[in-house]
Amino acid sequence: MEAYLGYGLYILSLLTVGGIYAIFALGLNVQWGFAGLFNVGIVGFAAVGAYSYALLTTAESTFHLGGFGLPLPLGMAVAMVASAFIAGLIGLICIRLRSDYLAIATIGIAEIIKLILKNESDITNGPRGINKIPRTWEHFSEERFYSSWPMSWFGTPENWDAFFDSLPNWYWQPLFAGTILLVVYVIYRMLERARMSPWGRMMTAIRENESAARASGKNVTRRRIEAFVIGAAIMGLAGALFAQHLRLIEPTQTFDSAKVTFLVWVMLIAGGSGNNKGAILGAFLIWTIWSASELIIGGAINLIGAIFTTMDASILQTRAGFLRMMLIGILMQVILQRYPGGILPEVRPASPKADTKVAGTTGETK
Amino acid sequence: MWDAFGFEFVNFYFIPGLVLGCIYALGAIGITLTFGILRFANFAHGEIMMSGAYLTWTMMAIAGAAGLALHPLVAMVPATFIVILLFLGTDRWFYKPFRKEDTIKVVMASFGMMLIIRSAVQVIWGPNQLTFVPGIARPNATLQQITGDLGAMIIMPNKHIFIFAGTVIIVIALSYLLNRTRIGKAMRAVSDSPDLAHVTGIDVDRVIRATWIVGGICAMAAGVFLAMDIQMLETTMGFRMLLPMFAAAILGGIGKPYGAVFGGLVIGLAEELSAYPWIGDAPLLSPGYKTGVAFAIMVIMLIVRPQGLFKGRSF
Repeated sequence: MEAYLGYGLYILSLLTVGGIYAIFALGLNVQWGFAGLFNVGIVGFAAVGAYSYALLTTAESTFHLGGFGLPLPLGMAVAMVASAFIAGLIGLICIRLRSDYLAIATIGIAEIIKLILKNESDITNGPRGINKIPRTWEHFSEERFYSSWPMSWFGTPENWDAFFDSLPNWYWQPLFAGTILLVVYVIYRMLERARMSPWGRMMTAIRENESAARASGKNVTRRRIEAFVIGAAIMGLAGALFAQHLRLIEPTQTFDSAKVTFLVWVMLIAGGSGNNKGAILGAFLIWTIWSASELIIGGAINLIGAIFTTMDASILQTRAGFLRMMLIGILMQVILQRYPGGILPEVRPASPKADTKVAGTTGETK
Repeated sequence: MWDAFGFEFVNFYFIPGLVLGCIYALGAIGITLTFGILRFANFAHGEIMMSGAYLTWTMMAIAGAAGLALHPLVAMVPATFIVILLFLGTDRWFYKPFRKEDTIKVVMASFGMMLIIRSAVQVIWGPNQLTFVPGIARPNATLQQITGDLGAMIIMPNKHIFIFAGTVIIVIALSYLLNRTRIGKAMRAVSDSPDLAHVTGIDVDRVIRATWIVGGICAMAAGVFLAMDIQMLETTMGFRMLLPMFAAAILGGIGKPYGAVFGGLVIGLAEELSAYPWIGDAPLLSPGYKTGVAFAIMVIMLIVRPQGLFKGRSF
């Protein structure tokens, strides 16, 4: 029974993190899949979301600014707004230029954000980071939540304390995973709606042929900034959820551009850019491969260590993570060259009266 | 001849700024050439620089095992060939398939290459820092003596003299190549207008190969100079250089090698001088934000003059 519980919790954590990455991938899909905007600063938007959420919702602390103890949904909303605001600034400057410049600018802004988080120790506690970030559902068992409203309306702190003691200590895990999956579903439905709407079709038109779209009177720059800002807001939300999942965030290791930006890109490309279902599928698939490869490479190292007893297994272990990154990079190159459409290629939104047409691997409609 | 302030300004801010500027300039030459001729922003450039420095370290280690203490500048020569092969191989296997497609695909591929090369270096050499030559670099005694007698003492370790001399030699060689040789002229032609160059019978593939070779030599020199300057090799050093190098390329104008050299020097000086106490005693900008200076310059250029100071291409 205990063993099954362990497996169950492992699957739940896969679903949780996979779901968070799915939200990132959906955000990137709005920017890249819908509008063709090349954003390689995902980690920056994630960090902005995560830090604004963390600063607003943690209990008062001497290590960093505030700890304002605000309600969790408010923290998440501010995370979205903050991330969208920064995206708006970048968009105003760079979107009228060619996509390469946007790529350089986004990678730059991500580094600058991390630099600020590292240097402004009074606000962010610098490289030591922020900890004890409240996690949805688990936070109910913290004293500062059950002793204040609205929970204090339903029971005394003693009652709540006894109630949470009676629950197993992993009670929040299925609930947290469920919440994240619900968020993924809601965002998915909203984006599907957006994609099928005139706005979504206009985005496709702009991406495929900018001058034609401009000639037919579409405000290309404005639409692009809209897509960039919406995508960044979704990434900010994902960043806030990422902070909840980790509970401790710091600027360098948590927000490593390889582990966030690059993985999300591989997820979207593997799943199929332009396709919301593809983004979600890619996120869960790549995250499963990524986590499973840790176990497989770990096993392989033990095997090598057992066969070649002269080799030092610990050196291999420290380098296994890098090998994993390299393999994922090669996987991305293969997908990019052989299967540019991804697993679920983009389906073009047609006007409601026409037949739905399937876009080919190169994006043309048959 | 000069007071304590001048001494401090020149030796601790101006010369380090110029050294950093030389390194950025060499890196930016490669970036601006690929951007101008192949028309994409190569994100893997910094990682090639970094891997070049690691290869040089390996050459030195091999020679050291044979009882031969090589200077990094000597060990650099055989390593350069490997780096050029690495550049040509990446181009052949990862960039060439997308040449006819949207440029953003190549940018994506180069972004992937950045991660692949970095993780490969981490797998092969491990995540720990290495050094070419351990120990503190002493200032060049002769230079200190002579300038001291003149009343303007300059404290400069040998490594900085090597970096200056190396940069000057490479830039002169590059200008000879671009202005006097056939292939250099062809490179400039392709950079100005690829279709027209193709029509006039220039072998574009050959030009692209030449671009990678020139970019590879410059990247190699930049990587080794950087490792000599900061006296260590680490796997993130290429990535840290990437943003200032792009800023330098954009400042000088995309596709303009001299612009890149100028831009590199400006960015290097701006980064170091931003920490000088211009107003009062405190540094103008906390040294932690040095990297931000390059980004700020780049953003201002993108707003005001995206084609760069030397009228490069703007897309």
